[in-house]
Amino acid sequence: MTYRMTFRGSVVPAQPGQSVGAALVAAGILDWRTTRQGGRPRGLFCGIGVCFDCLITVDGMPDQRACLVPAGDGMELGDDEEGGRAVHA
Amino acid sequence: MPYTHDVAVVGAGPAGLAAAVESAEAGLAVALIDGAGQPGGQYWRHYDESHARPGDHRGHHGWPAFTRLRDRLDALTAAGRIHYLPGHQVWLITRDDPGVFTLRVTRSFDGSAGRAAAEVIGGTGTGPNREVAARALILCPGGYDRQLPVPGWDLPGVMAAGGAQALLKGHRTLAGKRAVVAGTGPFLLPVATGLARAGASLAAVVEANGTLGWLRDPLGTVAVPGKGVEALQYAALMARHRIPYRRRTVIREILGENRVEAVRIARVDREGRRAGPDREIAADLVALGWGFTPSLELPLMLGVDTRKDTDGSLVVVVDDLQRSSVDGVYVAGEATGVGGAALAVAEGRLSALALSASLRRPATAAVAGRLQRAIRRGRRFAAAMHRAYPVPGAWTEWLSESTLVCRCEEVSYGDLLHACHDLGAEDPRTLKMLARPGMGWCQGRICGFASAEIASCLSRRETTPEDLRSLSTRSLAFPVTLGELAALTDDTGRPRLNPASEATTERG
Amino acid sequence: MSADLVVVGAGVVGAASAYFASLAGLRVVVVERGALAGGTSSAGEGNLLVSDKEAGPELDLALYSQQVWREDLVEHAGLWEFEAKGGLVVAGSEHGLASLRALSVHQRRCGVEVRDVARAELHDYEPHLSRELAGGAFYPQDAQVQPMLVVAHLLRLARESGAEVRTRTEVVGFLRDGDRVKGVRTSGGDIPAGAVLNAAGTWAGGVADLAGVRVPVLPRRGFILVTQPMPARTIRHKVYAAEYVGDVASSDAALQTSPVVEGTGSGTILIGSSRERVGFDRTVSVTAISALAAKAITLFPMLREVRAMRTYLGFRPYCPDHLPVIGPDPRAPGLWHACGHEGAGIGLSAGTGKLIAQALAGVKPGLDLVPFAPDRFPDDEEALR
Repeated sequence: MTYRMTFRGSVVPAQPGQSVGAALVAAGILDWRTTRQGGRPRGLFCGIGVCFDCLITVDGMPDQRACLVPAGDGMELGDDEEGGRAVHA
Repeated sequence: MPYTHDVAVVGAGPAGLAAAVESAEAGLAVALIDGAGQPGGQYWRHYDESHARPGDHRGHHGWPAFTRLRDRLDALTAAGRIHYLPGHQVWLITRDDPGVFTLRVTRSFDGSAGRAAAEVIGGTGTGPNREVAARALILCPGGYDRQLPVPGWDLPGVMAAGGAQALLKGHRTLAGKRAVVAGTGPFLLPVATGLARAGASLAAVVEANGTLGWLRDPLGTVAVPGKGVEALQYAALMARHRIPYRRRTVIREILGENRVEAVRIARVDREGRRAGPDREIAADLVALGWGFTPSLELPLMLGVDTRKDTDGSLVVVVDDLQRSSVDGVYVAGEATGVGGAALAVAEGRLSALALSASLRRPATAAVAGRLQRAIRRGRRFAAAMHRAYPVPGAWTEWLSESTLVCRCEEVSYGDLLHACHDLGAEDPRTLKMLARPGMGWCQGRICGFASAEIASCLSRRETTPEDLRSLSTRSLAFPVTLGELAALTDDTGRPRLNPASEATTERG
Repeated sequence: MSADLVVVGAGVVGAASAYFASLAGLRVVVVERGALAGGTSSAGEGNLLVSDKEAGPELDLALYSQQVWREDLVEHAGLWEFEAKGGLVVAGSEHGLASLRALSVHQRRCGVEVRDVARAELHDYEPHLSRELAGGAFYPQDAQVQPMLVVAHLLRLARESGAEVRTRTEVVGFLRDGDRVKGVRTSGGDIPAGAVLNAAGTWAGGVADLAGVRVPVLPRRGFILVTQPMPARTIRHKVYAAEYVGDVASSDAALQTSPVVEGTGSGTILIGSSRERVGFDRTVSVTAISALAAKAITLFPMLREVRAMRTYLGFRPYCPDHLPVIGPDPRAPGLWHACGHEGAGIGLSAGTGKLIAQALAGVKPGLDLVPFAPDRFPDDEEALR
């Protein structure tokens, strides 16, 4: 079976066993975060959990490393907001 | 108080796997903690085994060695002789009572997947495991690709060489259609051939050094003859996939608007100074690697002695039994010097044998002697490789003032020049405090080596072990939520002091 | 070569003194055994506070220093990220609030601006603050700087006025003429000088020892937690609990923690504060950092899910009476001190530097230095405990 995740309103397919980051890259999406100062796009870099460049919000949990989180069916992937984190009052 | 294991092994790559199974088979009670969801480390990274397909392990070197270790791990885990915690990172190690280490762990990721993983490994009732106690440590933290900044390296589509390979091996995902693999070292070859085998077009492998010299290095190759065969296999694969191999060439700039579109390369001399005209190559994936950086946060937290290795990396000093300068702390694998999987396995095994012998468990001296000889050979070979693939001495000349050095905090080379020339920074620590390289999410893992080299280069001196140490020491090995930190006061409340760890002293 | 003034220590107090002395036309040499801002100057939050000080000489110095930061140094404020963010002191109980109000009455008389903040108004100041608090007080004069940039730029400006800065140069003794101090002996050679200023911070006692005089500066350890980068203005002011004032003034050797939370220009949130007298022990105390996290969460419950990226520690230079040592030492003419500012050195540095420069130049200082006299301590060792 193929999982279906959503990112910026579109469906992103994922194979069971793939990471969230891999599924995004496989779907041609290379960036999902912008930097705090320069507003530059960022996605996977080290790919192994070291660089924290690929931070993403997964099902409302901010600042997850997309390269480490396994994809899941129905996952909602959000952009991380400025500062790498949405603040919930 | 948690159960006290005889030994906690950190890392389930080649060194850690070998150390854990060898320790458990010698009769020790073992905890094995690893950040990944399944064993293998970076070297034996593979697709999620619950969704395995035939052919997942094509091109995987030494795969049978891995499956043998994994089968032993599975059997020992099932028998309750190894307490295996995948998906967890150690963020702090302290020595609370004399002779007992406490390892604080946190899940590698949150969310449903993280919770599921925590349940699988058996939470303590109120939540996931937070503490592991052990009377000895075998630290096998491995390493990651070393990076040198280059203009445009922050564009999406630029990855660490190991990251591009991890996507393939661990996630069956090809990161691009037309790739350039660049940097230095023999590791570029398996990355390139792996990408090619998966269907990418390889525009070039760009190697800064002359290469192949190591095949003739009398000290190195003679010691480990199998390595020559391995190199010839890669050479054959490079030829079969018609991959251009450009020696004494570097990427001078990575071009693109919001993602990689091309690279600009040029021939360089032995020191890395430009020796030819620029040439542009189209690409949508750039994989960069300049050797490896060992992960030293945990050993440094315990105060071990370190040295600067042949490749310029900071590594842990160990004796011929893998013992660090701190009592009860053994270190194996890349953290003692970058040298590859076979050497790591030998070191992991030896550390386990040495530890069990020190606890009067039966261990055969003959095996230990054989391992020590293999380790000496492996070290000689590694040193020959380091000499053949150095980071070019003049690499900082590739930088322009606008080149990002620290990706997290967006610190440019110009910012570092200002801190050194105008503000008086003469060492990496001062540079870090004034210009903030290494102060972001990754805590200097990616830019630490480059920042140390830049600081020493601008002060016209060699990078010292102290320089590297100040950028490799991390007070917390991984970020941890304040909620998790706060929960530690639920303990007995008595002081938990670590006699040897060095806190960093710099402001946020 | 010789100098009018040798400043020992390139921390924030040494840098401010060198800056003002150079500006006054003195020929200054700064000697530092390590790197600039390598001690306590780089180990705090960078606060310029009046809110945490009870009426007395330290508050007078803080208010004087405020004036120096905001007037003498105003043209450079941007260089070191000067931010007049204001401090919000909060009380968890009606009893605590009453004490806070009583403190502010005295502070107002000394010239501190204080606004009483009712419970219902707290969230206009800090939207993420706990709903469980009784009320607070807002101190608009409280400000923040990036202290390493302060040190680096003040020294740069001093160099532009002719000062010389020698790092990795350790003072190993003094040049003497009888009791009189005539310069320093260093690892890099002798430097004759008209005056020597001991601005060695927590290590100033050792420098004084070399001159044969006793200045009882002792280390008081503190930890700070640094969070992941957060969106701008997540936490807008320096926010701390009213109990902090009592902890600052106490002399207890055992671990004390009180929550102090504030953002920085780089997005991180700094979480303090802890105090303990354990000598120069650099080991990470799990007890201390855990307590910091727990108490910060009581002020800002949203911090529970926020990650700490690192922790760092520092050693506040403290004297038994919690006042700094500023001025000439009559026991060794030619030797001056500017040290012992405990946890307030960043804020007090500007005023201290200016006062030292005035006194050196023979001008009447803008503030009476008598309460800070170097020879005010009894010789009785026991009195120091």
